[in-house]
Amino acid sequence: MKREAGFIPKDGWNAFLASLAKRFNLYVPCREGETILFQPYHAESVICLDRPAASAPKGVIFPQSETLFSFELKKKAEDPRKVDVELKSEGAPQDTAIVALRPCDARGFSILDPVYMDVDPYYRSRREKTTIITLACPNPYPGCFCTSVESSPADKSGSDVLVTELDNGYFLEAVTEKGRTILDDNAIQDGAGYKEEAEGRQKAAHDRVKKAFSGGKKVKISQERLLSDEFWEETTAKCLSCGACTYLCPTCYCFNITDEQTVNRGERIRSWDSCMFPHFTLETSGHNPRTKKAQRFKQRVGHKFVYYPEQYGDLGCSGCGRCIRFCPISMEISKVVAKLSEEGEGSTKDAAEGARS
Amino acid sequence: MNRERLKEAVAEILPGVDAVIAYGQGFDAAHGEPCFVTKKEELEGLILNPLCEHNLASYLPSRKNKKTGVVVKGCDSRTIVQFLQEGLVKRENLVIIGVPCTGVVSAKKLARALDHQTVEEVRFEGETVIARTPRGEKRIALADVSPDKCRTCRYPTPLIYDVLVGEPIESDKDPAAVYDDVRELMGKSLEERKAYWEKEIGRCTRCYACRNACPLCVCQDSCIAETRDPHWQSQRSNLSEKMMFHFIHAIHLAGRCTECGECERACPMDIPLGKLKKKINMDMLDLFDYVPGIVCEDKPPLYTFKVEEKKIEEHEL
Repeated sequence: MKREAGFIPKDGWNAFLASLAKRFNLYVPCREGETILFQPYHAESVICLDRPAASAPKGVIFPQSETLFSFELKKKAEDPRKVDVELKSEGAPQDTAIVALRPCDARGFSILDPVYMDVDPYYRSRREKTTIITLACPNPYPGCFCTSVESSPADKSGSDVLVTELDNGYFLEAVTEKGRTILDDNAIQDGAGYKEEAEGRQKAAHDRVKKAFSGGKKVKISQERLLSDEFWEETTAKCLSCGACTYLCPTCYCFNITDEQTVNRGERIRSWDSCMFPHFTLETSGHNPRTKKAQRFKQRVGHKFVYYPEQYGDLGCSGCGRCIRFCPISMEISKVVAKLSEEGEGSTKDAAEGARS
Repeated sequence: MNRERLKEAVAEILPGVDAVIAYGQGFDAAHGEPCFVTKKEELEGLILNPLCEHNLASYLPSRKNKKTGVVVKGCDSRTIVQFLQEGLVKRENLVIIGVPCTGVVSAKKLARALDHQTVEEVRFEGETVIARTPRGEKRIALADVSPDKCRTCRYPTPLIYDVLVGEPIESDKDPAAVYDDVRELMGKSLEERKAYWEKEIGRCTRCYACRNACPLCVCQDSCIAETRDPHWQSQRSNLSEKMMFHFIHAIHLAGRCTECGECERACPMDIPLGKLKKKINMDMLDLFDYVPGIVCEDKPPLYTFKVEEKKIEEHEL
């Protein structure tokens, strides 16, 4: 029977990574100057586990830009006035593992899955080939609000293995069959005896996360406020309409497809797009249904907290807080949701209670 | 910086404007944020302290036809001067509240100084920042966590204002030191500089926070980074595209950039974008003896044309 729990002493962690690197294209959070980014592992990688990476490791499975296929226009030998198009597909993805992403990042993949798994061979093949080894979050970070979206610093959703850092080492818990394979390694000790300590850590971290709004997945968004132009104009007055929030987000999945071509050859690429950009909704006719930033920000919040839930039954946000931390003007999505929610400030319920007291 | 006097000044101009752009407390104790005041009740939320790092003038061109009040520090006021030179705002639609400033806090540098701990409280005593984190209280000299621009600030008092909140301050900084950081970088070999920028710009995510935060990036929806027609840039996320975007951004600001540092402040990837722009401004100073954003009646050198420029020697070749 395969092991469900494992333990790696502190001094065994590097050997664990090195052994994974033999089997996988390994991505780890690395210190790049003052920034933490997921990068391909190498022996000199400066790995940083102290704080969440600046951007989610989403790009490992859903790259910022990827070639869907390349094409070449070739004149026909028998009739040079005509051209043939030669298409070439990209190679199949290799076995990949992401290590020490946070549970909110892993949950991000489980939010992308229902969108892409059934319909997108590019996403599906990478997702199936990727093993997710998540590090439980020891501490909430400024802007974090995972418990408000019914996640937690030890959420297993989207992960294959959940690792919890203990005083003397790391407790590994298999979540999926892929995860059990990871634990099936002689260098990993049996971890059953460390379960209690790990759970204690996880609970302590959970209790430290600030609750931003109530209702969790069932957060009741006031239709009246969602549809109020005034609400959005007031809320987004300070927004710069940049894409920092969407590009660092573990759950944003919108893309653009462009042909990037020289004279006779080129590539059809898919690249991330951002609903914060005016071009995002520019139609071929020249009409743009979302010219104002208020309309665009409404779409971003609406998509994550109303439209995605209607379609897939879960929130489209894992509460990682990056869009708050890295927003140049501190736009706080959790606060916007709190204001939109029927239990939020200024709601009719509050007003009614205020009138009674 | 006197918050009470600022509140009075904002209250006074509020009835005559569409909104006053000032500062409020951000999402945590270590961040300020832009705050659009439209009602008297919102005055209580205003802050005026070294967390007021942002250049609020950035919002003005998009409000050209709306009467707007704005709070500016000395550095930010240079942006308004530049706007007026370029006709990007209407003076009659602006009510400028100037705030003399002895330096602000860079939220990024403060986070570094506090080892990225959660900040529970920040207060200021003179030139000292006192920050409380779960590890305890730490006292940090303001100068140690100020953006680079503050270290060489020559204009602590706004150059243009309608109301001044506080007493004017003279700069004690050496004007010759403004480009020391650029000179240091230029002292390196071409290969070293190339490696430096490739490493820094390699982190770019093309989120365009630098562009959108830049008060003088005014192409808006027609930015070369995104237009398909003309197709200047591909959407590939590779080094050459990222370099191309940042170099074009910098060159478009030649002799216009007031070195407010918004590009660098906004960048989520911590790329030292200000240095690129400063390098070009340094060249503009050498060639044209010109410093952007100082005199409203000036014309940026690249807006004018002389058959023979004194310091450009091509005509003698």
